[in-house]
Amino acid sequence: MTATTLPESPDREARSPAPGRPARRRIRPARALLHAFLVVTALAWLFPVLWAVVNSFRDYDYTALHGYLSLGGFTLDNYADAWTQGELPGYFLNSLVITVPAVLLTLFLSSCAAFVLSSYSRRFNLVMLAVFLAANLLPPQALLVPLFRLYNAIPLPYWISESGSLYDSHLGVVLIHTAFQIGFCTFVLSNFMKAMPTSLLEAARVDGATVFQQYRKVVLPLCRPSLAALATLLVTWIYNDFFWALALLSSGDKLPITTALQNLQSAFFVDYNLLSAGSVIVALPTLVVFFVLQRHFVAGLTLGASKG
Amino acid sequence: MASNAPPPPPAVRSAGPPAPPTGPTRRTGRARRPGTGPRHGRGDRAALALMLGVPALLVVGLVWLPAMATVLLSFTRWDGIGGLETIEWIGVQNYTDAFTIYPPFEPALRNNLVWLVVLFTVPTLLGMFLAVLLDREMRGGSVYRSIFYLPVVLSLALIGFVWQLIYSRDQGLLNAFLALVSDAPAVDWFGNPDINLYAVLVAAGWRHTGYIMLLYLAGLKAVDPSLREAAAIDGAGPVRTFTRVVFPALLPVNLVVVVVTVIDALRAFDIVWIINRGRNGLELISALVTSNVIGEASRVGFGSALAVVMLVISLVFIVVYVSTMLRGAHR
Repeated sequence: MTATTLPESPDREARSPAPGRPARRRIRPARALLHAFLVVTALAWLFPVLWAVVNSFRDYDYTALHGYLSLGGFTLDNYADAWTQGELPGYFLNSLVITVPAVLLTLFLSSCAAFVLSSYSRRFNLVMLAVFLAANLLPPQALLVPLFRLYNAIPLPYWISESGSLYDSHLGVVLIHTAFQIGFCTFVLSNFMKAMPTSLLEAARVDGATVFQQYRKVVLPLCRPSLAALATLLVTWIYNDFFWALALLSSGDKLPITTALQNLQSAFFVDYNLLSAGSVIVALPTLVVFFVLQRHFVAGLTLGASKG
Repeated sequence: MASNAPPPPPAVRSAGPPAPPTGPTRRTGRARRPGTGPRHGRGDRAALALMLGVPALLVVGLVWLPAMATVLLSFTRWDGIGGLETIEWIGVQNYTDAFTIYPPFEPALRNNLVWLVVLFTVPTLLGMFLAVLLDREMRGGSVYRSIFYLPVVLSLALIGFVWQLIYSRDQGLLNAFLALVSDAPAVDWFGNPDINLYAVLVAAGWRHTGYIMLLYLAGLKAVDPSLREAAAIDGAGPVRTFTRVVFPALLPVNLVVVVVTVIDALRAFDIVWIINRGRNGLELISALVTSNVIGEASRVGFGSALAVVMLVISLVFIVVYVSTMLRGAHR
C-alpha cells in the first residue's frame, strides 16, 4: 500500500546513471521541469513560516531602522520577551489542562463505544455510528446558545470551577471537545475492530473474561496503532481549537493559548518581531507533531478518507 | 450483590450478549471459574450499557439536543438572560428579518459562497495536482510532501496571526516589496473590504491545499496499479490515464474532499475572528452567529436563526458523507 510498491518504471530509468539510453533523453526534461515546479512551489509554501521564524530572531530597532528587507540585527531576546510579556506559561498550562484530559477521555469513551458497536450491538450499529459520526461535522455555532444556557445551569463545586457552574470552567471545554470528537474516533476505531479476527474475542469469552476484560485485555492492545494516530490528531485539533474556549470561557486567565492569541495581539501591539516569536512559541507543540509524529498524524488524517 | 450490578436500561437489553441472564447460584457453561459465573451476565450487561451509554449520552446531550434546541429557539425572541418563561414565540420572523432587514447577512452568505468557490477552484485542484505529481518514487518526494502539509498542523487562528507579518500595511513584507517596485500607495490587505476576503483566502487556501493533497495521496495509493498498467498498454498518456481511469476510481475520495471543503467553508471562523471579528468585508455566517450570541446585543433567537441556516446547509452534506462512509464501513 505504500508508494514504493507501485511499479513506476519510467522513474527508475530516468534516475539510472547509464548514459545514452533513448528513454532517458526523452524523459529527463519532464523530470527536470517537475522538480523545478516542486522546488519553487515548496519554497513558496515554506516561506510564510520561514519569514516568521527569521524575523522572530531579529531586533525590533534594527528592522525599524533598516526595514524588513534587510539582513542583520539577530537576537534571541524576542523569545524571552514574548514568553514573559505575553504571559505564555499560564496559557500553555491552560492548553495542557484542557488538551490532555480531553484526548484521553475521547479515546477511552470512543474505544468503549466502538468495542460495543463492533462486537455486540449489530442491530444499533449503523444508526448509532451515523449519530456519532454526523455530530462531528455539525457547525459548532449551531449548538452555541443552548449549550451556553445548559453550562450555566449545571452547578459545580467551587474546587472544580471557580465560577460555580460548568460555564467558564476547563471541565466544560474538555467535555464539549470530547462530545464532538467521540464521533470520528468511534467510527475509525469500530472499522478497525471489525477487521479483527472474532476468534480472539471468542477465546477470551470461553476463558470467562468479562466484557470489560475482553475490551481491556484483548481489543485495546490490538488497537494501539489506531489509538496512536488518533491521539496525535486529537492533540493537534484540540490544541488548535479557537472557538469553544472563546464561547465557553469568560475569564481571560483561563484561556488556552490558541484562543489567547487575540489578547496577545494587543500585548505585542506593533512589534512584529515579538509577534513572530510569540507565533513560533505557540506553534511549537504542533511543530513537534509535525516533525516527530508525522507518520501518525498523516495516518490519522487519512484514516477516515481511505475507507469507503 | 445486586447493589454493585444495577439492572441495565431496557433499551440496551437487546444489545447484550446472547447468554441468558443466570440465577444467583447456577453458572452458565461459558464461565469456567466458579464464582465468576453468577455475576457474569448482569455485570456484562451493565458494562455494555455503560460503555455505549456514556459516550452516547455525551454526544446526544451536548451535541444533538443543543442543535435541536437551536432550531426551536430560532422561532423565538429571547435575550438569553431571563428565565425560559421569557421566551416569546414569533414564528418565522427571525428568518424574514435575516433575509430582509439585516445588512450583514447578504454579504456573509456571499462571502461564504466565495470562500467555497475559491477553496474548490484553487486549493482543491492544486492539492490534487500535487498529489498526482508526488504519488511516485522520486528523489525528495517525502520532503515535498512534508512541506506542503506543514500548514495543516497549524491552527487557522495562528495562520491569521502569521500572515499579518506579510499583509500588514506598515510592517508587512508584501508592501515593503511592492514599495520597491512601484510608487503606488501602501495597500491595507486585511483592512480594505474590497480585497481582504481574498487576502484571507490565500492564507486559508495555503492550509487547505496540504490537507487535500494528503487525502488524494491516500486515495491514489489505494487505486489498483493494474488499472494504470492496462491504460498504459492501451496507449493512454498520463493525462488520459488520469482523467479516464484514475480519477473515476477515486470516487470515494472525491466525495470526501467535496464534503470536507464544503464543511470547512461553512465552519470558517477562527481566521476572520482573529483579524477583525468578521466585519468590514470579512462577514461570515459563523462570525455573525457568534457576535449575535456572545456579543453585546445578545439576540439569541435571531442568532439561532442564522445558525439554523448553517445547520441546514451542512446537514445536506453531512448526510451524503455519513451515508458514503457507512456504506464503505458496512461492506
